[in-house]
Amino acid sequence: MYREIDARGLSCPEPVLMTSRELNKTSSGTVYVRVSNVAAGENITRLAKSKGWQVEVKCEGEDILLTLRK
Amino acid sequence: MLKKKVLIIFAGGFVGLLAVILVQQGNPSNMGICIACFLRDISGALGLHRAAPVQYMRPEILGLVLGAFGSSLVTREFRAIGGSNALTRFMLAIISMVGMLVFLGCPLRLLLRLAGGDFNAFLGLAGLVTGTAAGAWFLNRGFTLGRAMPQKKINGYLFPVIIFILLLLLFFTPSLLFSSQAGPGSLHAPLLISLGAGLFIGILAQRSHLCMAGGIRDLILSRDIHLLSGFISLLVIALIGNLLTGSFNPGFTNQPLAHSDGVWNFLGMMLGGWGFVLLGGCPLRQLVAASDGNTDCAVTVLGLLVGAALAHNFGLAASPKGVPLAGKVSVIIGLVIIFTIAFFNSKFLTTKLSAQGVSSNVQGN
Repeated sequence: MYREIDARGLSCPEPVLMTSRELNKTSSGTVYVRVSNVAAGENITRLAKSKGWQVEVKCEGEDILLTLRK
Repeated sequence: MLKKKVLIIFAGGFVGLLAVILVQQGNPSNMGICIACFLRDISGALGLHRAAPVQYMRPEILGLVLGAFGSSLVTREFRAIGGSNALTRFMLAIISMVGMLVFLGCPLRLLLRLAGGDFNAFLGLAGLVTGTAAGAWFLNRGFTLGRAMPQKKINGYLFPVIIFILLLLLFFTPSLLFSSQAGPGSLHAPLLISLGAGLFIGILAQRSHLCMAGGIRDLILSRDIHLLSGFISLLVIALIGNLLTGSFNPGFTNQPLAHSDGVWNFLGMMLGGWGFVLLGGCPLRQLVAASDGNTDCAVTVLGLLVGAALAHNFGLAASPKGVPLAGKVSVIIGLVIIFTIAFFNSKFLTTKLSAQGVSSNVQGN
């Protein structure tokens, strides 16, 4: 099972808060987060790593796709 | 990650150092760089207000925008986006600017005032933390101004191009711009030094995403001290710089370009802090994001310019003599408006927060 969060176009810190809410109720699995700016991507990466998730970042057109795994 | 950590600490420290140097070079005391004050001076330079002491096309701001724009092109972070409640952002920017001009500084100058020994800024800091906490409380209850959408690149270029034109005016036809003969607006470092400092700050702020409101916000919301580390290194380096250059004068009274009305220092910055959290970042961050192609943030910067004009045209702004009654009334009205905007853009009764923008798929991996 995977979950996908669409945080594109949202101001800081909304993408982080959305991801945080999701990670708080998920102990393992895969969570995809789509954001549209590097700052949001970095903030989510920091959050996920602090919670023990592995993070992979790649660009998809104008979006940035973060894959969080645990 | 470590590289990012080093970068933000370096960026904060470097901005602190440049601020001390700019004061040595002629900028007003404890105002090596202040986004609110400098936008107010630019508003005056354009004739949007006629407060004679605060008119100057501050090259630091122009350099900052062009540095951040260039950096975002090189790093391919430039994205033209917009369409997230621009009018509400414009209003929030006006209100925040009034709060900042009652305190007399943006969060960046708040730190520089602390670093110069201005204890009045402690009340401003308390106000900034309170306002940030208020904004964070609404963010935790689903506050959003909605999504920005991708736009054609040309729209993102408009803001840096306007700034470039202002730079051309400053270089080639300065007589078209208002320029203070006395007062803070007349105190400035040489043009090229100011411009160069602005370019460096723009590049560093773009690369590090330095934000003076985000540090406190992230600490409150998620115990994340990343942005706060830039905020603290700026304070520490500016403090060391002031001690070394003999510019540290501790106390409450006779502080440069400041007043000692504690209640209004607190409430002014509370209003500012609350506004920045709802807007997604401090005035420095808004300028940098506007240079990165975010047209909503460009509208926010225009709101800050108009806010400064209104504050001076209607006698709302404080001066070292104190805060005028109209300024006090407008801060209270501002707090009411900002509460209303925050309340009605949050989700107290409607959608479950956890469901927003999240989809799940059980057939996936």
